[in-house]
Amino acid sequence: MMVKVIVTHKPGVLDPQGQTVLQSLRQLGYRNIRDVRIGKYIEIELDATSREDAERQAAQISDKMLANPVIETFRVELE
Amino acid sequence: MTFAVITFPGSNCDRDCIWALEGVLGYTVRNIFHREKSLGSVDAVVLPGGFSYGDYLRAGALAHFSPIMDAVTAFAHEGGIVLGICNGFQILCEAGLLPGALVRNRSLKFVCHEVSLRVENCATIFTSQYQEGQEIILPIAHSDGNYLTDPATLSTLEQERRVVFRYTGPKRFDALDGNPNGSVNAIAGIVNSEGNVLGMMPHPERACDPDIGRTDGLGIFLSVAQSVVRQSAVLAE
Repeated sequence: MMVKVIVTHKPGVLDPQGQTVLQSLRQLGYRNIRDVRIGKYIEIELDATSREDAERQAAQISDKMLANPVIETFRVELE
Repeated sequence: MTFAVITFPGSNCDRDCIWALEGVLGYTVRNIFHREKSLGSVDAVVLPGGFSYGDYLRAGALAHFSPIMDAVTAFAHEGGIVLGICNGFQILCEAGLLPGALVRNRSLKFVCHEVSLRVENCATIFTSQYQEGQEIILPIAHSDGNYLTDPATLSTLEQERRVVFRYTGPKRFDALDGNPNGSVNAIAGIVNSEGNVLGMMPHPERACDPDIGRTDGLGIFLSVAQSVVRQSAVLAE
């Protein structure tokens, strides 16, 4: 089963890459862009007995390794 | 006096640490590969700088799960002395042995130059050989040295005087305030609440040998050695 994990900075945590991209977009003339946040997108193929099981496993490994709870949050998406 | 220096895949300051401890100071060093599961009998552990696992995922995130880290964590929990330098500091934060996290430098640039630091607390295992408030100069070399923590933890760190080193300069084009990476409160190094685990971004091991420059980093290793000697004297009584 394919599981997608999206890791983003917590609100309030400075994202210097996002800020730099934001500035570049504004320089290009996109004045309507309010904010840019850059995160991580991770695809995981795993064996699971059900969608709930896949979701539970993905959440467990995200919590343990893929996201650092001090600075990041994650969400799990199933196909 | 026996130090363990751990080598992770991608560590690149392990040999510098070994040279400082063994070559310059004459201590015994056990260089331990990350796949090993035991530290053996050592007095202190050094997690050196570098780019363990290529900094993939997050700096230090994957090294935290290396086999040797269970032994390092157990050693720290028993009160063993653990020093994490640069990538070692990042690994200690990822492992939860120190609070907070180290994120991308404010400038988004790899910074590699000497910085001045104030020794904020000389009553720790790691700093007894310095004077309170002493200014020392050490090199830094990192992309992810921007220390970050929540306001409550930050105020605890400050109140308990666990900020051991703070950046004081120099003022540069990419660091007008003298803070090279944007760390909150210009934090360069912290200890855990028990005081036996230190993480710091600057490299004391690169400032130990008079033949290649400054020696301001010696004080950290000498402080650790002295506290080990004192501990064994207490135990012998």
